[in-house]
Amino acid sequence: MIQALNSAMDNMMERDANVLAFGEDVGYFGGVFRVTAGLQEKYGLDRCFDAPINEAAIVAMAIGMAANGLKPVAEIQFSDYIFPGFDQIVSELSRLRYRTAGTFTAPVVIRTPSGGGIRGGQTHSMSPEAFFTHIPGIQVVMPSNPYDAKGLLIAAIESPDPVIFFEPKRLYNGPFDGGAGKALEAWGKHPKGEVPEDHYTLPIGKADIVREGAAMTIIAYGTLVHVAQAAVEQSGIDAEIIDLRTLVPYDIETIAASVNKTGRCIVAQEAPRTSGFGAELAAQIQEECFYALEAPIKRVTGWDTPYPHAHEWSYFPGPQRFINAMREVLEA
Amino acid sequence: MAHSTPRFHVPAPHARPGDTPDFSHIEIPPAGQSRRPDVAIAGSETLDLALGLVRVLDHNHQAVGEWDPKLEPDVLREGLRHMVLTRVYDERMQKLQRQGKMSFYMKSMGEEAVAVAAAMALEKTDMVFPSYRQQGILFARGRDIVEMMCHCISNSRDNLKGRQLPVHYTWAEGDFFSISGNLTTQFPQAVGYAMACRYKGESRIAASWIGDGSTAEGDFHGALVLASTYRAPVILNVVNNQWAISTFQGIAAGASETFAQKGIGYGLASLRIDGNDFLAVYAATKWAAERARAGHGATVIESFTYRADAHSTSDDPSGYRPKGEAAAWPLGDPVERLKNHLIGLGQWDEERHAAMEKELDQLVIASYKEAETFGTLHDGPLSPVQTMFEDVYAEPDWRLRRQRRDLGV
Repeated sequence: MIQALNSAMDNMMERDANVLAFGEDVGYFGGVFRVTAGLQEKYGLDRCFDAPINEAAIVAMAIGMAANGLKPVAEIQFSDYIFPGFDQIVSELSRLRYRTAGTFTAPVVIRTPSGGGIRGGQTHSMSPEAFFTHIPGIQVVMPSNPYDAKGLLIAAIESPDPVIFFEPKRLYNGPFDGGAGKALEAWGKHPKGEVPEDHYTLPIGKADIVREGAAMTIIAYGTLVHVAQAAVEQSGIDAEIIDLRTLVPYDIETIAASVNKTGRCIVAQEAPRTSGFGAELAAQIQEECFYALEAPIKRVTGWDTPYPHAHEWSYFPGPQRFINAMREVLEA
Repeated sequence: MAHSTPRFHVPAPHARPGDTPDFSHIEIPPAGQSRRPDVAIAGSETLDLALGLVRVLDHNHQAVGEWDPKLEPDVLREGLRHMVLTRVYDERMQKLQRQGKMSFYMKSMGEEAVAVAAAMALEKTDMVFPSYRQQGILFARGRDIVEMMCHCISNSRDNLKGRQLPVHYTWAEGDFFSISGNLTTQFPQAVGYAMACRYKGESRIAASWIGDGSTAEGDFHGALVLASTYRAPVILNVVNNQWAISTFQGIAAGASETFAQKGIGYGLASLRIDGNDFLAVYAATKWAAERARAGHGATVIESFTYRADAHSTSDDPSGYRPKGEAAAWPLGDPVERLKNHLIGLGQWDEERHAAMEKELDQLVIASYKEAETFGTLHDGPLSPVQTMFEDVYAEPDWRLRRQRRDLGV
């Protein structure tokens, strides 16, 4: 997935001289996760460069540049570190178009690795996406595989609106089924592990049905898409799995059609339970599909605790938590 | 019960309500003393200018010293006109707010030179990122007064479709960026904008303004770091008007001697200037702009001035500062000083000044009458209500389309 994201950046920087990449350790070194590796050498110091450790300044610089016609792709090294830049995102980035009645816009992309499963402890494991789904004016994207990652990142860079692009860092080097301590599987065997070299896009706002099924609908995004797939394999329950891919605006049509078909639904997020994005999905689904529902909508989530270090695998919603929820939903 | 001596230091102003205004602690060097270095000077070598006070107009209203921009009388009269218009406009708008015609208003009384002289020293296409007390820039750049008023009364002609508080102007055609309303957020944005100017090979620069109190924000630090690191062609103005609503400048300044001095730590050229001296503001801005355009980087300019009226129409300064402080301000009034300079040059007189004030007041009154024909916040017409759902995104997604339908518009 790292190579896919790097390829998206490479395609866009090649195509459009206004595309710039910057962030902490992004320039010479190519990013701590290597997503921008080689770009400074290829495109020059002023197109891919290191930024001071000040997330507010990084976002603000991107806003100013975008307002003057550039297409900045800023990296926030870990999504846990995004909060110093939160004010610039909430009060400035998201509202510039609105408060200027469309005369100034800031189509910035903020890439940021998120999620746990990497022994990152509480400051390198967060899934803070829900905060960003509560801000009118920005789009929120989280891919779950290399093919989608490239197509969506290019779409984000080409979008006229600001995009927060979460990269599930547990998936950077291979899919992950939630089996703690298992050897890393490479992306090579995954159906979406192959990535074309050339430019292509996937539509923002469109979910992907990764497995068709009749027994229930599981809605997940990021790492948990793979965990849900593992749970289906292990349990033999014929669930339909939707990879949301875009959280804002989420694909209500695909979701509603699936839940109306299956009549049962699980929403999943790695983030803490309370006020997570799953709550929004559950509320909207019951508005859309109430009379088709045969069981209460169930949430599979992280706990309402900070992300622990030693007890990471007790926190992480692994396949067994999915299977438990799936059985409950079936039996209800 | 309060302790008689505080257990840690909390700075306090020299005078509070009931006291006699006291500015005796402020050292005012004579005009014309500061050196005007070459624009290529290293930022770190400007400490004397950051601690000093660049002044051009002396106590006899004559222009003296190296910083005298030697402006033609026509330019001086133009500056005076913009400043008087700013003041007349502010006065009239405040009155209209008191009559219930506007939800809110903010005057720039006493600070007219800071905005007007800077705008005249910049190129008209340099992008400005102002705060809410630089309406003088709009007059100097020739924005239509009726349009400004339509914004303030949020009527059907408001170019911001009723989305912003009065005074929070945006004017893209005049390269006047949005005024956020959140403090200091635009300071680092201006740096990014300026970097993009450079990247695109434009000769344009950017300039931003914040208040003394806003320098305490993290974004101040962020802006100065970015400006220094990337040598951005930007002018970072700190308008030290002594008061952040009720909080005196010492709460943000701490033990710093001046706000300009803070720029030195970042290696930025830093000037402290007499903000009530039209010529000093003009000359300093010209210097900083030339420096930026030549690729020598950013300048921090502290304009030392005084907020002569309330923070806003929601504020009453009699609760926190002595009466008569504005009149006691040792750097005088910017309009009076430029007027007297022109009179001293034999290029102006009291009669012409009074006639101009009257003419501008009539212009403002007539403009307001015209603005009201497009509606008022109170009685409408406003922007059509469905415009509320526009410009959140380039195109509204299904949520906004549905919500608009839910509202029935």
